[in-house]
Amino acid sequence: MPNGVNKGAVTAFWGKVKVDEVGAESLGRLLVVYPWTQRFFESFGDLSTAEAVFGNAKVKAHGKKVLDSFSEGLNHLDDLKGAFASLSELHCDKLHVDPENFKLLGNVLVVVLARHFGKEFTPELQAEFQKVVTGVANALAHRYH
Amino acid sequence: MVLAPADRAAVLALWRKLGTNVGIYTTEALERTFVAFPSSKAYFLHLNLSPGSAQVRAHGQKVADALTLAVNHLDDLPRTLSALRELHTHKLRVDPVFFKLLCHCQLVTLARHYPGDFSPNMHASLVKFLNHVISALAPSSG
Repeated sequence: MPNGVNKGAVTAFWGKVKVDEVGAESLGRLLVVYPWTQRFFESFGDLSTAEAVFGNAKVKAHGKKVLDSFSEGLNHLDDLKGAFASLSELHCDKLHVDPENFKLLGNVLVVVLARHFGKEFTPELQAEFQKVVTGVANALAHRYH
Repeated sequence: MVLAPADRAAVLALWRKLGTNVGIYTTEALERTFVAFPSSKAYFLHLNLSPGSAQVRAHGQKVADALTLAVNHLDDLPRTLSALRELHTHKLRVDPVFFKLLCHCQLVTLARHYPGDFSPNMHASLVKFLNHVISALAPSSG
């Protein structure tokens, strides 16, 4: 489990998160802010502008999928490597995603949570989520090691 | 030259909106960095780091002043920030990773306080701006 994550605080907060919205926004922002990540989504169509990305139904759908996996991972904080083993295989062995991109998406998610929750996203809560996103990124990158 | 016109305009507009409050947000960014990434406190052991510390606030204001200087000298960041680069690289020997953590926490802080202004394009412009600042402060960070 990520070092001393306050499971209670994380899951209580996560219950308030609109996973569809936050997932779509996080993936969308990743594609806009770090444009090289678009290379993994060439089949999604036009990603050339922020407007195109945020109007793209495939981006929304995939963002939801990504965050649903992340949500599921929160139920397995004791064994993230196990929980993400097949996704790690997919992303590393088949999609050849540089593990650095998992960290980027994790940090984008943190920024999106701050934007949605404002004051409630305290430094302490941010700290818990930084541990979680690092744990998830490491679990996804596990196949590289 | 360093930033495309649209990015430049976005950052300048945000900075105008922040006005004299930049220090409040850079201080919060520092506080968030200390809480989320405790190893970063290593650079500040000479300061009182308890929540609300006046010393952290004072350092936050220094960071704010440097960022505002950068915003107003986007065409000449390396020269504008050369003294700070000297200080942080050779005297303080700050690991460039720390600047990335602080910049991430700065984005978190701005998103938290200005959710309406923090559009995807603004987010992208800020990342580019902060990356240029980091390059000027710590050239070897690539």
